[in-house]
Amino acid sequence: MTGQGEQLAIRAEDLVVGFGARLVLDRLSLEVRRGEVLGLVGGSGSGKSVLLRSIIGLLPKRAGRIEVMGVDLDRVPDRERRAVERRWGILFQQGALFSSLSALENVAFPMREHLRLSDRLRSEVALAKLEMVGLSVADANKLPAELSGGMVKRVALARALALDPDIVFLDEPTSGLDPIAAGDFDDLIKTLQQTLGLTVFMVTHDLDSLASVCDRVAALAGGKVIAVGPLAEVMAVEHPWIEAYFKGKRGRALGRAVLHMGT
Amino acid sequence: MWQQREADQLHVIDEPTLAATGQDGLTVVTPKGDWTAAFARELEALVGARTAAPTSPPARIDMKGVGRLDTYGAWLIVRLARVLGSPGAPADIADIPEHFSALMAEMGATNRTPVEQPPRTNVLTDGLAAVGRSVADLARESLVFTNMLGAVCLSLLGVVLRPRQFRLISAVHHIDRVAWQAVPIVLLITFLIGGIVAQQGFFHFRKFGADEYVVDMVGILVLRELGVLIVAIMVAGRSGSSYTAELGSMKMREEIDALRTMGIDPVNVLLLPRILALVIGLPLLTFLGSMAALYGGGLVAWLYGGMSPEIFIARLKDAISVTHFKVGMIKAPFMALAIGVVACVEGLKVQGSAESLGLQTTNSVVKSIFLVILLDGLFAIFFASIGM
Ligand SMILES: Nc1ncnc2c1ncn2[C@@H]1O[C@H](COP(=O)(O)OP(=O)(O)OP(=O)(O)O)[C@@H](O)[C@H]1O
Ligand SMILES: [Mg+2]
Repeated sequence: MTGQGEQLAIRAEDLVVGFGARLVLDRLSLEVRRGEVLGLVGGSGSGKSVLLRSIIGLLPKRAGRIEVMGVDLDRVPDRERRAVERRWGILFQQGALFSSLSALENVAFPMREHLRLSDRLRSEVALAKLEMVGLSVADANKLPAELSGGMVKRVALARALALDPDIVFLDEPTSGLDPIAAGDFDDLIKTLQQTLGLTVFMVTHDLDSLASVCDRVAALAGGKVIAVGPLAEVMAVEHPWIEAYFKGKRGRALGRAVLHMGT
Repeated sequence: MWQQREADQLHVIDEPTLAATGQDGLTVVTPKGDWTAAFARELEALVGARTAAPTSPPARIDMKGVGRLDTYGAWLIVRLARVLGSPGAPADIADIPEHFSALMAEMGATNRTPVEQPPRTNVLTDGLAAVGRSVADLARESLVFTNMLGAVCLSLLGVVLRPRQFRLISAVHHIDRVAWQAVPIVLLITFLIGGIVAQQGFFHFRKFGADEYVVDMVGILVLRELGVLIVAIMVAGRSGSSYTAELGSMKMREEIDALRTMGIDPVNVLLLPRILALVIGLPLLTFLGSMAALYGGGLVAWLYGGMSPEIFIARLKDAISVTHFKVGMIKAPFMALAIGVVACVEGLKVQGSAESLGLQTTNSVVKSIFLVILLDGLFAIFFASIGM
């Protein structure tokens, strides 16, 4: 009953996206399986955020096809499109919190729009989500402008998870978090993936996240995915950028750790 | 993992239920079916009913029968456990299916302390407090206004002493925006206003056979009051608001703090060029606007009042003097200063949220129009007493 398309959460095929004369993504293809955590790595400015934004339809593409949960969002009526949109949660690189709503209201906002909940249940679950991402009750009523950079990230993550989505898109979720919080975050993602069958598409530069939560890693360079697979395999690929990335001073320690894990 | 998702898809919708049985002094509560957000209303009702029915503790929750679970359902089960247990010791949750245990553990650690609600207040005392606060605000605001005026003057003095510090390019850019680009709309509006005033004059003065005085009225009104007032109000709406919005969003993104930390005075870089541009631009616009209004008045006099342009111009020459013109023009730079300073003060008051940006922009326009009219009144008293 389940064909190839059914098992894929996201499929991008020959995707071309550019600004003016410059192509940022050049015939890029990538598949994300259901229930996996895919980590996307690439240099700064290589187009990771652009790829994420084109998958969720915020940026127009010049050519190619994108399917999310087996649905080609360009070819379905608005109603179906919205149904898919309800099943994903997005954490933007800059947080993108609603500046006039408190942290708690930010998380409760999508619930208010999409679910029939009593006020009490909504605020309890919203608070639970905030606590799951490591915020305290004292921070729940603060406005985004009163939150620290790392706290903004966490509220944004809680909002992305508000509707228990099937897919979450995370753009550098652990940047700006201290290492302990980043570790907790990794654990949380793992827990949610295991209990809710979450698919995670995660842009990250955090080598520890790559090693601990990502089932597969995709490397983006020159507008294409140059390697995709388990971290150890990607690290073994011979490509100048990959070698520089993983075998640089920071990458080497990770390399040892991954090899260690393998043995 | 995989198989579970697969199973989820085959899983038909399974209405949730919540049953309770007594077993030798222990109440066993068994949730069954889909405990997910889609059934949130029903689930809440079930949990509510179970909580309302008196159960003699101890109680236990048996989760074996739960088919699907998400954070909403998990939280409701945790809530039920807390209600059924005693404070500090929630009821036991037993037989948690393997793949739900991590989620149940996560949810069990949340909502231990409720969010504090803002204290309830009395409408009457609140109203009184608001009145008091706004009076205090008024005092504080005039202080802030004076402070900013002083800072701008100081910065101007600094620039006069060291002209190289002046941001000439920025000032020219702002003059282009607030004056040059405003010319067409200012001309159009003042032209129409001049025409309307003349038409009303003819319509009503004709009854007394006082047609000719329409020219006096249009000339004096436009040069002394209308020209400068209309233009100042338009500039407050057009440029004052955009100053506030610009400075406000710079404040929101910490751009102004960034300037400060680089040892650069924001007043010098951002405010002075803007305010100077207004002070230079508004008199120019006032002049153009007044001319357009007179032109509009003359045109209406000709087409509607049947007064030939030659006669209109001759009467105008008799009716007005340079004094009227000066009265109008002297007011312009002061109004510009008021608009500019208010716009900057309000812009710098913006806090982190988009809402506050909108609020301050509105405030900026309302306050600067109020100040413009207040200034106009003060000038009227002043000119009357010196006989101008
Ligand atoms: N709206 C835009 N207009 C023009 N160019 C853009 C736009 N958005 C992104 N770009 C360009 O596309 C390229 C990729 O940007 P992108 O934001 O995807 O980088 P990234 O891989 O996410 O980098 P980082 O790791 O720093 O976030 C950059 O060269 C950027 O300048
Ligand atoms: Mg990016």
